[in-house]
Amino acid sequence: MTQDNDLMSAREGLPTGETVKLTPEQEGARNKRNIVIAWSLVGFMVAVFAITVVRLGQTAAAGAGA
Amino acid sequence: MTPSDHRAEGEAVSTASPRDYFDLMKPRVMTLVVFTAFAGLIAAPVDADPFLAFMSIFCLAVGAGAAGALNMAYDADIDATMQRTRKRPIPRGVVSVSNAYGFGVVAAVLSVLLMALASNYLAAGLLAFSIFFYAVIYTMILKRSTPQNIVIGGAAGAFPPMIGWVAVTGEISLDAVILFMIIFLWTPPHSWALALYKSGDYAAANVPMMPVAKGAKSTRLQILLYSIVLVVFAGAPVLTGLGGAVYGATSLGGGALFLLLAWRIFRSRAGEAGSAEDGALYAVRAGDKAARDLFAYSIGYLTVLFAALIVEHAFGAYVIIPGVTP
Repeated sequence: MTQDNDLMSAREGLPTGETVKLTPEQEGARNKRNIVIAWSLVGFMVAVFAITVVRLGQTAAAGAGA
Repeated sequence: MTPSDHRAEGEAVSTASPRDYFDLMKPRVMTLVVFTAFAGLIAAPVDADPFLAFMSIFCLAVGAGAAGALNMAYDADIDATMQRTRKRPIPRGVVSVSNAYGFGVVAAVLSVLLMALASNYLAAGLLAFSIFFYAVIYTMILKRSTPQNIVIGGAAGAFPPMIGWVAVTGEISLDAVILFMIIFLWTPPHSWALALYKSGDYAAANVPMMPVAKGAKSTRLQILLYSIVLVVFAGAPVLTGLGGAVYGATSLGGGALFLLLAWRIFRSRAGEAGSAEDGALYAVRAGDKAARDLFAYSIGYLTVLFAALIVEHAFGAYVIIPGVTP
């Protein structure tokens, strides 16, 4: 095994394809960014769902009142 | 590839935290955007669904933040030379220009889409236009080419209360235009007061702000003239019935103090001493205090004006002015 082999997956023992060795600071910052991106995507989906439900409710109420 | 190559690549990987990206969105500007948009939304003569109203304001905040990020991406070179802005994420080297552009575009698109879903297409269109106006018309075209940059570009910052209004009513009415105009007229004296005591910064960055392009004396006169027009125009909501007695009294008292401070600038030699060494927003040389005072007060003035509208329309404090309220 040469020094510049891919990093190994801890679970599979296979190369991960990741060739850049990150410093702990870079890795920590990347993890934090990934977490915020993930929560933002979840938040976006929840927002779209909730808005749709409220809108449908309004439309239904308007239909019932007509 | 050798291990040292890997380290070189690794060094290029960002250490930016989510907080750095949040800072790209100009949180202080976002606060004022949220506040004025909320005032427009509350003052509109429609009972809005609280959740949809909240989502509309949220979209406005994200849209304004997106415009701020695009502004910082384009102005990275200027920000690096100015004392006041050199600690922003891009000049500090923690966020790259391309990442800032990407972040800004994605946030802009998502905010407009969500706004269309939460309110109506007109509000979403206005939000998209205001982002475009700030990022392209103001930042990329006007800012570096004319001393009228913030006069025209101020329109971008004037949209939020109008968008808040349109988000719940679905139409642009006279009152919405009045709210727009108040911020539009407020922007020149507010921005030029800052530019007077930071003129050295703008000159170093080759930004033709009014004090740099036309001189401090001309700027002080224009601040006074715009202040007079602003204070007179700020009374318009009373004439249409948008503002009642609380707004009227606030507009009168706040406007009088605004004019007093503008007059003090006009009589001072503000802007002739160059920028203070300290890059802090309110750091100022002795001769420039009048400019700093109006800059600081102008933020409070706008806040109080819109707070009066919120108090009147959200807390039942609206009292008609006999003989004036239509």
